[in-house]
Amino acid sequence: MASSPVLPKLVGQRVKRREDPRLIRGQGTYVDDVKLVGLQHLAFKRSDIAHGRIQGIDTSAAEAVPGVEAVFTGAQVAEFLGPMPIGTPFPSPDHPPVAVDVVRYVGEAVAVVVASDRYVARDAADAITVEYEELPAVVDPEEAMTGSPTVIHEDFANNHAVGPFPSGTGVDADGNADDTAVDQAFAEAEVVVSQRMVNQRLAPTSIEPRGVVAHYEPGKESLTVWSSTQNPHILRTLVAAMTGLGQHQVRAIAPEVGGGFGSKINIYAEEYVASAISKKLGIPIKWIEDRSEAFVATIHGRDIIGYVDLAAKRDGTVLGMKLRLVADIGAYNMLLTAAIPTLTMAMASGTYAFPAVRATLTEVFTNKPPTDAYRGAGRPEAIYFVERAMDILARELKLEPAEVRRKNFIQPDQFPYTTEMGSIYDSGDYEKALDQALQNAGWDQLKAERDAAKAEGRLVGLGLSMYVEVCGIGPSSSLPTGGWEHSQVTIERDGRINATTGASPHGQGNETTFAQMLADQFGVPIDHVTIHHGDTAVVKQGIGTFGSRSQAVGGAALHLAGGKVKTKMAKFAAMLMEANEEDLVFENGMISVKGAPSSGAKSFAEVAGYAYIPLKLPDGVEPGLSEEAFFEPSNNTYPFGCHIAMLEVDRDTGEPKLLKLVAVDDAGNLINPLIVEGQIHGGLAQGIGQAMIEEVCYGDDGQPLTGSFMDYALPRASDFPRFELNNTVTPTPVNPLGAKGVGEAGTIGSTPCIVSAAVDALSDFGVTHIDMMLRPEKLWRVIHGQGGQS
Amino acid sequence: MAEVSITVNGKTRAADVEPRMLLVHFLREQLHLTGTHVGCDTSQCGACTVIVDGRSAKACTMFAVQADGSDVTTIEGLAQDGELHPMQEGFWEEHGLQCGYCTPGMIMSAVNLLSDNPEPSEQEIRDGIDGNFCRCTGYQHIVNAIQHAAGKR
Repeated sequence: MASSPVLPKLVGQRVKRREDPRLIRGQGTYVDDVKLVGLQHLAFKRSDIAHGRIQGIDTSAAEAVPGVEAVFTGAQVAEFLGPMPIGTPFPSPDHPPVAVDVVRYVGEAVAVVVASDRYVARDAADAITVEYEELPAVVDPEEAMTGSPTVIHEDFANNHAVGPFPSGTGVDADGNADDTAVDQAFAEAEVVVSQRMVNQRLAPTSIEPRGVVAHYEPGKESLTVWSSTQNPHILRTLVAAMTGLGQHQVRAIAPEVGGGFGSKINIYAEEYVASAISKKLGIPIKWIEDRSEAFVATIHGRDIIGYVDLAAKRDGTVLGMKLRLVADIGAYNMLLTAAIPTLTMAMASGTYAFPAVRATLTEVFTNKPPTDAYRGAGRPEAIYFVERAMDILARELKLEPAEVRRKNFIQPDQFPYTTEMGSIYDSGDYEKALDQALQNAGWDQLKAERDAAKAEGRLVGLGLSMYVEVCGIGPSSSLPTGGWEHSQVTIERDGRINATTGASPHGQGNETTFAQMLADQFGVPIDHVTIHHGDTAVVKQGIGTFGSRSQAVGGAALHLAGGKVKTKMAKFAAMLMEANEEDLVFENGMISVKGAPSSGAKSFAEVAGYAYIPLKLPDGVEPGLSEEAFFEPSNNTYPFGCHIAMLEVDRDTGEPKLLKLVAVDDAGNLINPLIVEGQIHGGLAQGIGQAMIEEVCYGDDGQPLTGSFMDYALPRASDFPRFELNNTVTPTPVNPLGAKGVGEAGTIGSTPCIVSAAVDALSDFGVTHIDMMLRPEKLWRVIHGQGGQS
Repeated sequence: MAEVSITVNGKTRAADVEPRMLLVHFLREQLHLTGTHVGCDTSQCGACTVIVDGRSAKACTMFAVQADGSDVTTIEGLAQDGELHPMQEGFWEEHGLQCGYCTPGMIMSAVNLLSDNPEPSEQEIRDGIDGNFCRCTGYQHIVNAIQHAAGKR
């Protein structure tokens, strides 16, 4: 037999990304790079008031701009496009893609222009005049929900979008609450700590704004939509429904997608409007979002107030927890808006075996853009509330932050563990992650450094947080999109492998990690494998990329599809080699008999070719080598970890500086540690951004105060120290890979430890909590005794 | 309309442009050099960074007419004879990109940084790319990539 090179196993290795050569050369095709003959451009006229009744819209000046093809007001759009769909079961007001009678936030579209180029389209949009009867705006959710005279949607009294509804200990499936156990926990408590905390509104801010190209071809009665989306198959489904087409008539393409962070899960008004106008006029349409538009027209994240009470014994054992949540969801429901805060409830007790937990959730309409999934989506809020509360408890009891946590952990032998909130945690070893983080950080040494710094008059603090999150959500009964993922693996006639995944990436590196897996599974070089994604004409089925599901759900589907085709290929090989298929090994580009590598071995390519021109077929086997699989997990995965921060506050200016960030994360088995590190770094940067500098702010009149990068502080390279990472490995039993997911972890563990470090730095001033973000002014006021805690 | 003649990646291009046309749109729409990206409208994000007459510039902050007579290098002009520029190699080797959208501008900025300061410290690198946003990487692997290009990794 010809000698073949020995191929290294790639799963678990730091393999360089296969996506990069095109991207570092500027050869990636993002949606704004898609150009079609006859392409027309959209620009939207948007409301510049937060709440008002539309009295009249004058589009005549816009129509007179040379190059303008058409102008549509909201009422005219409503003639061919209905209200936007949502993915949650709660009652919801109609949400027209372009406002018809009433505008409810600054940035809501009121009219749309179709024109020959983007400059002309913008000129024309600017030439539209809108007359409003201005109505009072309400931007504070607690004001909105308690008798505000401003009602944003008729039929939603007190602006209650959802709830209040309870969950947790003593709450049955119908939502009836028995308070006995929770009340008893608080009655028996030796200490109770209580804190109101704000998890502020953030802008997801992918560096590529959103964009869409829609091309309806009347002769073919088919619509192709290129969109900067995380989930082209969901886009196809919803655009088809909205435009009155069947799913067989719509092809959705996610080209290179320049980041999403949850914000590109939604199918937005602009995608429906571009598609519907393309269909109506029979011409290709492009819309590309400006950054200033993105701050008002793309969903925001977080914006949940939590009232936390912990009942504990003086040794730190927690007896019970209460959590009252007020979620400011903005003016409308988007696809998952109403569901995100329910994840905060589900994860309310974090890594702890609290015996009694009660959460209550109210979601409130305000005159702001809708919230929805932003990296972490509900879990950063949960972990922030419980971890800050644990820190406040530790400080109250004068115990080490690690010790209070240790006292309350769910223990490794308790998994699968059903929490009082009804979540079934798959696997975990929290104390191991804690110990690893303490060791990596050199906690005792850091404490000595902090104390020495404080002795010099410097304000240095340490913070620690545990986290557990939920990702890879499934089965389908627990996710409105469906909880599965799909893959097809094809061995071509030359032995090269084409595979598809419905987990459409936007920076996650699936082309690399998935190719690593198949290269190992088939024992072939990685450059013999291509992973296809992001085009519903190529990828038969799929859901998409969100909730850290690519590997745990999409990777598992790929693994299963690969296994099916391998089984089939082994039947061909066994027949050709006169061997038992169970005895075959696939490695180094060869298929051979285990223990007898040179006896009758066939090259992988030869067997592949034979399968397509079989002179004889194995019994019951069809020609060809192409198999697909749907994988649906039986349960979610629950990654976890421990983050530690060291921070210094400038006494004179109040400016905080992050000195150290140590993260120990457990995402189960890792396919590519290099890519995993990148995911954690990115998540940490967003978590640190939330803790320290990011906040979407509104004036009392509903005007955005953070409408561009001039005002919204996106973190820069100089804002960060070098992150120090390590990991533990606790595989999940819910998928065949043992992989849990890692995309969101960094945002979840990092905010509480940073705030706790700031509180620790300023503890001599009597402060026990500071709300995010850590604006220097707030810290300065704590130091200089002017204006209290936040 | 105004007449401009701009040398882009070694080729001189003459065109009639609207006086208000931004350089980045001239590159992207007229020359179809779509590697240069637009990420904001206030000159903050740096996704559009190119090299104009040897200095990095944000192509969304220049009109095409201001570049008349200039020599412009975009990301497409960085690799020579099919060989990646050391900065491109660095970004690949060190996983300096995820979604790739900020990457062309980030690379051009980093090229400018090293031409000013061939042996920057980590802090000088972080300060040097402060005009370029990345939302994916947390910058650490970008710093590593620039160190790689500077021969320090």
